Amino acid sequence: MLATTTVLASTQGWWTHPWLIYLIRRSAYFIASLVLLVTLSFLLVQLIPGDPARVSAGEMASPEVVEARRVELGLDRPLIIQYLSFWRGLFTADLGVSYNSRLPVIDVILARAPATLELALAAVALVLVIAVPLGLAFGALTRGERRRGVEAGFTAVSAILAVIPEFLAGVLLVYAFAVSSQLLPVAGRSGLSSYILPVIALSLGPSAALTRIVRAETLTVLEQGYIRTARSKRMGPIRLYGRHVLPNLLTSTFTIGGLLLGGMIAGTVLVENVFAWPGLGTTIVDSIQDKDYPLVQAIIIFYGAVVLLINLVVDVLLILLDPRTALDKS
Amino acid sequence: MMKTRERFLTVLGSPLGILAAIACAALLFLALLAPAIWGEAAADIDTMQISKGPSPEHVFGTDGSGRDILLRTLVATRLSVVMALMATGIGVVGGVLIGLLPLIVGGRFGRWIVVGINIGVAFPGLLLAIAFSVILGQSGAAATTAIALAMVPNYGRFTHNLAASVWGRDFIAAAEVLGVPTWKTAFRHVLPNVRDPLLVNAAITAGGALVSFAGLSFLGLGIQVPEYDWGRMLNEGLTRIFVTPAAALVPGVAIILAGLTFVLLGEVLGKALTPTTRRDVKSRFRRHMPSGEASGASGPIDTDAVLSVRNLRVAAPGDKGWGSLVHGVSFDVARGEIVGIVGESGSGKSLTLTSVAGLLDSPLSVAADSAQFDGQPLTLKTGTHASSLNHHLGQGLAMIFQDPMSSLNPALSVGSQVAEPGVLHLGMSRSVARSAAIERLESVRISDAERRYGQYPHEYSGGMRQRAMIATGLMGKPALILADEPTTALDVTVQAEILSLLRRINREDGTAIVLVSHDIAVVTSLCSRVLVMYGGRIVENIGSEELKAGHAKHPYTKALLATVPTMQTDRDRPMASIPEGADFSDTSRTPG
Repeated sequence: MLATTTVLASTQGWWTHPWLIYLIRRSAYFIASLVLLVTLSFLLVQLIPGDPARVSAGEMASPEVVEARRVELGLDRPLIIQYLSFWRGLFTADLGVSYNSRLPVIDVILARAPATLELALAAVALVLVIAVPLGLAFGALTRGERRRGVEAGFTAVSAILAVIPEFLAGVLLVYAFAVSSQLLPVAGRSGLSSYILPVIALSLGPSAALTRIVRAETLTVLEQGYIRTARSKRMGPIRLYGRHVLPNLLTSTFTIGGLLLGGMIAGTVLVENVFAWPGLGTTIVDSIQDKDYPLVQAIIIFYGAVVLLINLVVDVLLILLDPRTALDKS
Repeated sequence: MMKTRERFLTVLGSPLGILAAIACAALLFLALLAPAIWGEAAADIDTMQISKGPSPEHVFGTDGSGRDILLRTLVATRLSVVMALMATGIGVVGGVLIGLLPLIVGGRFGRWIVVGINIGVAFPGLLLAIAFSVILGQSGAAATTAIALAMVPNYGRFTHNLAASVWGRDFIAAAEVLGVPTWKTAFRHVLPNVRDPLLVNAAITAGGALVSFAGLSFLGLGIQVPEYDWGRMLNEGLTRIFVTPAAALVPGVAIILAGLTFVLLGEVLGKALTPTTRRDVKSRFRRHMPSGEASGASGPIDTDAVLSVRNLRVAAPGDKGWGSLVHGVSFDVARGEIVGIVGESGSGKSLTLTSVAGLLDSPLSVAADSAQFDGQPLTLKTGTHASSLNHHLGQGLAMIFQDPMSSLNPALSVGSQVAEPGVLHLGMSRSVARSAAIERLESVRISDAERRYGQYPHEYSGGMRQRAMIATGLMGKPALILADEPTTALDVTVQAEILSLLRRINREDGTAIVLVSHDIAVVTSLCSRVLVMYGGRIVENIGSEELKAGHAKHPYTKALLATVPTMQTDRDRPMASIPEGADFSDTSRTPG
């Protein structure tokens, strides 16, 4: 069946190509998820028990202040009008004004997002740089049931590291490198050295988890017939692992890596609060506690959209890496 | 297979099980009793001992209000663990319900629920929990609910996947025929069948909930003052980490230990509830009685032969020491000769071939008195041959395997795999290797080789893949092709094509071939000489013509030959077969 796909595509035109069909379906799914995300974020304020205007203005506020807040939130208008203007706001980048700072929400997001994204991207890069070679190496070392001791040690250490949540890793790192030895800055974002601890805190758990997966996948790949074929050609280990094993690991590595990356976006919220990192994670926690709803809604949409976008990019990357996965899916 | 109860006891007796039991008991004890025992002492404010380091009264020192850090950490166990368990309980029940719902309601609506679950799964749990805490406010109860709600999509998808796999089975259809309502089927028939993995997953989920709860409290979105859990303590401790590090570190360690306890619990439950699937090396191979003397050819190695092997042994590790799989096989292959090795599966014929090629890997162990290939001595041992022989073997020795579906790398184009020996061993540049590979592909009758070069294995048919494998072997003008059941996985017509291709290569290039097969008809049609293997040794070494003429000496060979139908076979009688469990081993020492 697979051998005929090229033929099919050439006779029926490019628009029936399975890749394209998959891409369209996947994009439709992305847009549907995005609509759902925006709708739920909109409903967030509506669902607050009691009177959201009262909650937002505070228990002690006078009725006039509460009414003013209600108008500001737009809660005095019919629900459907509120919903439509919420969408219009998104398309015109007019997301309202933060109560706290009185700054436009869009400005707060644009000012804070880079710090968060830098943190997440640096951590992902570190996870991949650590997990893929390390998983491959441990897979190679423990293949065919050799080095049982190394295997047991690896399993135990990686299990413990995978359990340590990012905020705890952050606290432990602060203690070790900023309090005890004062080698690195304890908090804030100033200069390259201030990135080291937050990035490590964020990537420690995911690195351990991904290394385990890469090792397990390496062991599976090493049992395959094509590896025996490759070995029958008498090549060095670099060529064997780099050319014949590695490409077959990428599909599962990227699938899991995408999931981990989504989790790491969430993890930035915690890590930022450990290191007083001036990103969206510290902002969202402050704004939840201050009942600064326009800002909260906008940040939740931002986080959600980033996660959905990551999933989309990973899925498209997977088709490029391995056309068969896409064909199986559609 | 062991019963669940027995497996439970076995697992509990293992070091991991004991550790898990102790950890769970300690956590349970602290969660139940710590507040009653130390609750008051932990709240005791000692104004003389504010932010002090470790001392006899305060093992880990005191926090910013002069309270004992250790006691507060112990007392905080209850809130931290109970909230996590409550969240898990709600989340698991919700997840199971929402996971079963698509199956119960079925149809279009059911599919929409699945889509909803999948969209929910896309968002990380912590983000969902933070979003829910916007609605629910900031308190312990709100954080618990938020974490429980955030858990629902993930657990729902897990339940749905498990339940959907059970849903297709016969007894579900039977229940439907009997008129059992769908919801009843789901709860009475499906749920018990997926209970075990759900339980294991619940234990791991509880660990995640504990960490998430601590996370929310750490952010100030969970437990509020004056109550405290580990996350809250960490929050307060972090601001004073320069003064009293223990105020942050002790609750931090508590979170890790509690998290590990749930991981251990999940591990133990998993081991106890799922039947053992540990792959056993020795069960993969049939073991034979240890041997005395070598079988097959005798005397010193034949230096004129392209391949000569003396006393080759293969063993596998087992519970009771090493078990012998191939014991003392010796044989020669003359230049340009086609030799067949036949025998039933497990007779050691493939092991013999793979160990000669140096492809037998740990945990199997290989040894031989002496061996020689194409004028070069081979040290037969576990793992591959010495790398100094790489070029010699890479040019001169080609291998073809049984399953052409798996013997080509799916991630690389077929052409680049065919060309690889040229780059590796013949000093060809990439482009020279490419045109050489295209030439070889043409010589094995792959049409349109230029285009086919760039295609991937999944675009090739089974017969074409096997041809591509042969083309790969032909890159270096091999002196010997080792073919391990090269036609077994192929259609009969394709089989004949591959065999005639091998015959042509032998005739035109004078390449020697060793053909391993369980099919004596295939072997006699191609080979001039046949080695019959039984029980890990060569029991007969006989010319093809003699074999066909019925001059076989060994009873196993005769039995094997009798199974092949000929034009004269009486078609009214059942097909001849070697009786199940028949043992020819007491006669196997007869020299071949």
